[in-house]
Amino acid sequence: MLETIAAANQTVINVLNSTLGPVAGPAAKTLLNIVLVLVPLLLTVLYYQLVERWVIGWIQVRRGPNRVTIFNIPFLRGWGQPIADALKLLTKEQIIPQGSDKALFLLAPVVAVAPAMGVWAVIPFAPDWVVSNVDAGLLVVLAMTSMGVYGIILAGWASNSKYAFLGAMRSAAQVVSYEIAMGFALIGPLLAAQSMNLSTMVAKQGGNYGFFEWFFIPLFPLFVIYFIAGLAETNRHPFDVAEGESELVAGFHVEYSGMTFAVFFLAEYANMILIAALASILFLGGWLSPFDFAVLRDIPGVQWLTYAGIHWFLAKMCIFLFLFLWVRASYPRYRYDQLMRLGWKIFIPITIVWLLVVAAMTLEPFASAPIINLWFGK
Amino acid sequence: MTFQAILFYLFGAVLVAAGLAVITVKNAVHAAMFLVLAFFTAAGIWLLLYAEFLAITLILVYVGAVMVLFLFVVMMLDINFAKLREGFWRYLPVAATVAIVMVVEMALLLTSKSFGLATTAAAPAADVSNVKSLGRVLYTEYLLPFELASVVLLIAIIAAIALTLRTRKETKYQNMGEQVRVKAADRLKIVKVKSEVDEAPAASATSAGEGSKS
Repeated sequence: MLETIAAANQTVINVLNSTLGPVAGPAAKTLLNIVLVLVPLLLTVLYYQLVERWVIGWIQVRRGPNRVTIFNIPFLRGWGQPIADALKLLTKEQIIPQGSDKALFLLAPVVAVAPAMGVWAVIPFAPDWVVSNVDAGLLVVLAMTSMGVYGIILAGWASNSKYAFLGAMRSAAQVVSYEIAMGFALIGPLLAAQSMNLSTMVAKQGGNYGFFEWFFIPLFPLFVIYFIAGLAETNRHPFDVAEGESELVAGFHVEYSGMTFAVFFLAEYANMILIAALASILFLGGWLSPFDFAVLRDIPGVQWLTYAGIHWFLAKMCIFLFLFLWVRASYPRYRYDQLMRLGWKIFIPITIVWLLVVAAMTLEPFASAPIINLWFGK
Repeated sequence: MTFQAILFYLFGAVLVAAGLAVITVKNAVHAAMFLVLAFFTAAGIWLLLYAEFLAITLILVYVGAVMVLFLFVVMMLDINFAKLREGFWRYLPVAATVAIVMVVEMALLLTSKSFGLATTAAAPAADVSNVKSLGRVLYTEYLLPFELASVVLLIAIIAAIALTLRTRKETKYQNMGEQVRVKAADRLKIVKVKSEVDEAPAASATSAGEGSKS
């Protein structure tokens, strides 16, 4: 399977190079790669929000969207909903409020969505399946995600509305404080893998013991904190004080309508999917199989369970994406001061202490100790 | 002209234009956004110099953290532009002198031979990691200055907190520890009250059931 895809990829590269020349050929291939990453991503965003409504409906013992079908097929009840929503948003009027800063008002959604899409350039989906295999991949991810907050702040300020401004202020304070905990949590896998290249970080989690080799076991506190900080970074429940429907109407995007609103929506969901992808790569071994035990590799019937591939990566992402929805349906919104306390007084001290533990584990007498050498002795 | 040279001049032009816009636009938020653009193009130029770690760190630290806080403050400022422009002509001679001195100094610096800027460094090999070489230099040769710089930063943090920290009497705080420790028994007391039973006379016992229903 993987060999055929690699061969097809090589054929495409050869055809592009021979028809377009040595400069335009690789450029065209990169463009093709970008399309191959972004189109599935946008489709996932479209259908993830349908799944979100289904899952929350299921948790709350009611039906989610079940009216709009595709070609009237009863089996596909509800499947047309995202398309109908997108068409509705496309055809709605763009309202630019009086007294708003027009240029920044229109720039804000662009600034929100650009880093959310751009960061996917460094995310590896399978061995060598990455648009740009940069050495400082983790840093690129951190830099890109830290820029998402501009969209929110600019939207809040340019709207010239008090609700929007309050939402933006809350969001800025929240994102800046949780970014520290998140950054510290990301240093854990970096120390364990001794590399910032995301592909190398996944490769370092492979071995003879399947999922016991993954970094989530030695870095468990960082793993939990990374996911919770990810919830806060994307302004998701229960940390959605920036939107706060019951107090700020819709927070920073209250003045946006139609497609500009849809772009904010897109950015938020793309960021959620990114958090899920990063958590899978850094802590759950990316595309590696959980059953990749040395003893299973030679048994004919179960051999296929040990193969690495993009299906494992997608499965792990689905776990996190479901967790996002589960948390949303289960917990009430945090109060603002509780949120700040959690970020500064609980998460940051825990991450700093655990980083010291991880740093000690990577050093010699411990690194080759019986159990620790599973993760650090490589 | 190579592609890299074209990119360099493009980034340079955008950088200079953005830098000029920072000091000329009237709106403080627009100025901050132009500064963000300037940081971005500067990071682009650093990337052209194979300094990818520094370029990404510039975006991460300055764009992602410093400018966000800056924007945060600038948005809440109430600036009176007429008052700001009042002293423009009066201070112009002093400001112009300072500017000329700075330009001359920079020109001297850039043209002097001791800084070695006339020759450009060769492109590093593809397998040399920027991060690794920078880390090695920082934590071996320049360990002491590096640690000193971090201590200075720590002192600055503590000083800033000490200068601005004051407990205001009118602000109401929640005591988190107390809130977390609270038990249901502290807030809610369930009192068993005997339900009142209509002590109906024994004679009309048959109609009592109907009476209570109505």
